[in-house]
Amino acid sequence: MKYVLIAAAALVAAPLLAQNQTAQNQDLGQPIPEGGEVETIDEGEGLSGSVSFEGNLDDLGIAIPGFATDRDVSTPANSSGTAALGKELARVITADLRNNGLFKPTGPDALPQPAFNEITAPNFPTWSNRGAEMLVHGYVRGRTDGKLTVGCYLYDMALQSELVREGWVVPPADWRRAAHKCADLIYSRLSGESPFFDSRIAYIAETGPKDNRTKRLAIMDSDGANHRFITTGRSTALTPRYSPDYKKLSYLSYVDGNPRIYVYDIGTGRQTLITQSANPTFAPRWSPDGNWLLYSMAVGGNTDIYRVSARGGESTRLTDTPGIDIGGSYSPDGSRIVFESDRSGAQQCYVMNADGTNQRRISFGGSRCATPEWSPRGDQIAFTNASSFNISVMTPSGGGVRVLTNGWQDEAPTWAPNGRIIQFFRTERNSGKATLYQVDLTGENLRRLPTPVDASDPAWGPILP
Amino acid sequence: MNTRVATGLMLASTIALAACQKKAPEELPPPPAETTAPAPTPTPSGPAVGSQQHFVDAVGQANTVVYFDTDRFNIDAEDQTKLQRQAQYFSQYSQVNFTIEGHADERGTREYNLALGERRANAAKNYLVSIGIPANRIRTVSYGKERPVALGSNEAAWAQNRRAATVTIN
Repeated sequence: MKYVLIAAAALVAAPLLAQNQTAQNQDLGQPIPEGGEVETIDEGEGLSGSVSFEGNLDDLGIAIPGFATDRDVSTPANSSGTAALGKELARVITADLRNNGLFKPTGPDALPQPAFNEITAPNFPTWSNRGAEMLVHGYVRGRTDGKLTVGCYLYDMALQSELVREGWVVPPADWRRAAHKCADLIYSRLSGESPFFDSRIAYIAETGPKDNRTKRLAIMDSDGANHRFITTGRSTALTPRYSPDYKKLSYLSYVDGNPRIYVYDIGTGRQTLITQSANPTFAPRWSPDGNWLLYSMAVGGNTDIYRVSARGGESTRLTDTPGIDIGGSYSPDGSRIVFESDRSGAQQCYVMNADGTNQRRISFGGSRCATPEWSPRGDQIAFTNASSFNISVMTPSGGGVRVLTNGWQDEAPTWAPNGRIIQFFRTERNSGKATLYQVDLTGENLRRLPTPVDASDPAWGPILP
Repeated sequence: MNTRVATGLMLASTIALAACQKKAPEELPPPPAETTAPAPTPTPSGPAVGSQQHFVDAVGQANTVVYFDTDRFNIDAEDQTKLQRQAQYFSQYSQVNFTIEGHADERGTREYNLALGERRANAAKNYLVSIGIPANRIRTVSYGKERPVALGSNEAAWAQNRRAATVTIN
């Protein structure tokens, strides 16, 4: 009987739903192509010695000449063929390292071009006396199926030995991912840290005057390339988050006139409401395994945090205080959630179990604690100090608070996939112009991220699958 | 949907137009054809009943917006006076529904400000309901810090932006 009722309800609801779907999709631009698969291939048995360099990694010179090609063939990835693409690959790797203040890279435009047969057997005398302790070699080959094979090798100049090697097969449209994977390989091998370059960022692109800003959902690679707008700007879009598998984006849109969280499916180019409710919803957050979404919903003016399966269905309310409970960020193992609440009278950060039990305040610094984000490494929580508006970090128990930035208004930290870098947005006094920035966990290497227009609400996704 | 019944205590004693509403005895069913409603005799000049301009002209621009202290959402005595004036209008024109837009100043994080704007809009709504305006005529929406009216980055500008503004729905 129950099933019959549901079926009947579905029949009645179908035309209405279709109408709603049209309305809620009216701010969406053309669907964007989904990324292709990147396959890691066996590059054979490499030697893997220890690194000879013992100084500060910031001073480590790395020579990155153009990647060689066995045969210069045409490819959709570069109008001049695979030889020119080889140089581009080396340029992208060089920029990745340089822009993040990592090592002292020298790119292909200041170096000779190695031949294809030298990639696995470098001519070391050519590369000595160039101030480089490390040497990167690589190759790119056009395959008959149109895909590209890219190999990446790292050598220690002093030992004249190979440190690491890896190779990937990529569709031509994803050639930059091979460069990011090579940069990740170099970075991880030399620093011992996890990779982060092969990842994407969702954010809000802003244009127009302060009292009438156009805010569009946009995405880009971690280095700013492959920038795309998802929404047209007709409706205000805010606070995006990538699903961990990069197949979906959850974000807030005013497309129906009310602030509501939608889940946008990148493959279909369509979106659905996170929950069927007339109440406003805010602050979407994915669980690390992608199975759950947190959102915050105001009922009669009171905002609480809810959890819903990524496949839809009933929501569970996790908080129930009269204050504003909002946001929420899972610990990497998914067992706990850090969130913000003004139940004490002002915004403070709290931790609870993933089922909402055992809620306890962790921030007692005397300043307001907002937008907490758990590091992918689990050892730190980044947050907005909402009294002085700078980005800070603390341990999950609220200790060891360190201030990382000092803008007029910095807010909304988001972690690099490896937990070593934090991006945020900085708002300029009076003009209200917003810009993306990033800073190391040490508070060093602060830099502005170039975007085509003003930008806010960055959300850095994990390493691409 | 006889909203006239719901006219609140505070309004009972007020202006003549409101009194007109009371001439129909409450125990009678509504007249079959409200000839008065379809004939808002297009007064050749002046904004239409229910338009935002009509509302502003009737209550005064200053009475369409209530302001809040930093992080606060309480309705103080001054706000009550303004909302009472709004309630008079919405009692008189019981066919007019409206939206209360809640806002916050820029000195707050984005998501918290959205929730705060919603809380402020609801505080104003709850007061209007408490003095007799039916809840189903009032829509709330929060714009957080997304729609400032004062563009400076100083206390005077922020004070103007921490607001709940009433806007009629046509």
